[in-house]
Amino acid sequence: MTVALSGDEIGGRLEEQFPGSVVETGLNSVLVRSESLVKIATFLKTASGLEFDYLSAITSVDYNDYFEVLYQLTSIKHNHSLVVKTRCHGRENPTLPSVVSLWRGADFQEREIYDLMGIRFDGHPNLKHIFLWEGFPGHPLRKDYE
Amino acid sequence: MAIRTEPFVINVGPQHPSTHGVFRMRVTLDGEVIVDMEPVLGYLHRGIEKLAEGRTYTQNIPFTDRLDYLASMTNNLAYAMAVEKLAGIAVPERAEYLRVIMSELQRIASHLVGVGSFLNDCGAFMTPFLYMFREREKILDLFEMVCGQRLTYNYIRIGGVSYDIPEEFLPALDKFVREMPGFIDEYDQLLAENEILLARAKGVGILPKELAINTSASGPVLRASGVKWDIRKADPYSVYDRFEFDIPTGSTGDCYDRYRLRIQEMRQSVRIIKQAAEQLPQGEVLTRVPLRLRPPAGEAYGHIEGPKGELGFYLVSDNSVTPYRFHVRAPTLINLTALRDMMIGWKVADAVIIFGSIDICLGEVDR
Repeated sequence: MTVALSGDEIGGRLEEQFPGSVVETGLNSVLVRSESLVKIATFLKTASGLEFDYLSAITSVDYNDYFEVLYQLTSIKHNHSLVVKTRCHGRENPTLPSVVSLWRGADFQEREIYDLMGIRFDGHPNLKHIFLWEGFPGHPLRKDYE
Repeated sequence: MAIRTEPFVINVGPQHPSTHGVFRMRVTLDGEVIVDMEPVLGYLHRGIEKLAEGRTYTQNIPFTDRLDYLASMTNNLAYAMAVEKLAGIAVPERAEYLRVIMSELQRIASHLVGVGSFLNDCGAFMTPFLYMFREREKILDLFEMVCGQRLTYNYIRIGGVSYDIPEEFLPALDKFVREMPGFIDEYDQLLAENEILLARAKGVGILPKELAINTSASGPVLRASGVKWDIRKADPYSVYDRFEFDIPTGSTGDCYDRYRLRIQEMRQSVRIIKQAAEQLPQGEVLTRVPLRLRPPAGEAYGHIEGPKGELGFYLVSDNSVTPYRFHVRAPTLINLTALRDMMIGWKVADAVIIFGSIDICLGEVDR
């Protein structure tokens, strides 16, 4: 059985390592500041006992006031999982750091989010539309898309 | 005198029989050798994730049929499990067993198409494909018995399955389970040591273990690279923990391993079906759920081991009758991430084989 790690426990460890990076913790999730995302992701991927080597999925949600992006992390080595969340504000040019350098599985998924939700990923090697054509107006998965 | 060559770009697809739908690769060649490849997606994008936000939870089940239309049962299951997790709905035990039986039949059917079309791509035009379809037909007959449909089943519902099985189902299933291992032996006789298949697929399009994990590959593609990771064992759902089965893995991660693995998985699926049919309990098959279901506000991620990899549904509810967000973790889209790495350095004739060995379904890739 994949063990869903406790958000409080991991959040505490992260806060100790990178003070001020954790915004809140959930049952099996941690919400982190977007500026600290890459640092935290690197730590989660490499720290012994955690070793999240597998990024199952990335999802984005438009909550009107902000966008939330979720990373479903899994460790194949230890068979445990954790959800890392981060938020970005502003509807004009919301931007988050890319995690492609850590998990290449993020490549198409970040492009998908960029295409359909309109969030830019800094550091993505090939950030362009994936499903819609170049020049498609707007981002269909946003709640205010007409 | 050295001959000066220039890189040459060709489009494979979107209208090409080897692209399994409308997939397009922009392949850059130096002579015959692939030096670059870029997948171009979106020809079948129907905006299912957006459409789903305007329909009730129950109305969305037929959309899931139309994702990977070669594995509709498992799509239904993954979605139903995510909604059940979101709304805290219990499923009757008999329904759980039926779900396992249908999922494993679906896995065999999907692998038959995957292997058959892969062999088509290898140049064994249509003969193995029709051998595979002979058995797939029997599975479709079984599905037709339980739900009247042969492709888009809409059978696994929120809270169970839509109908109990008819009287003639179990005898027909028993016949299938008894005969299928013999047919798989027949495939092996025809193909396992086939010289042409070995020459074309062995050592071709290798996906190393570390790269497979790093690119989030899942399902047969991941396991063929030697990673023993199957959600049915790693994070058992439904009643999978009650059955005995093995997780086959490959050793090198080449096209042949991916083909072999699917054949071996079919044998394991037959084992699971046999046990599930023997243990099938009596009782209800569907928990009554309101048609206009309003799950409490929250979020849930349900994932299963689909025939093609980890199929996940991420749902957000705002306590209304429609999902606030509906996201599909599509295994075949993510399995394509490593395609470029697998192709570079191989000949243009290998491109269709390497691509075919991943076994994708564009309905799911583009959504």
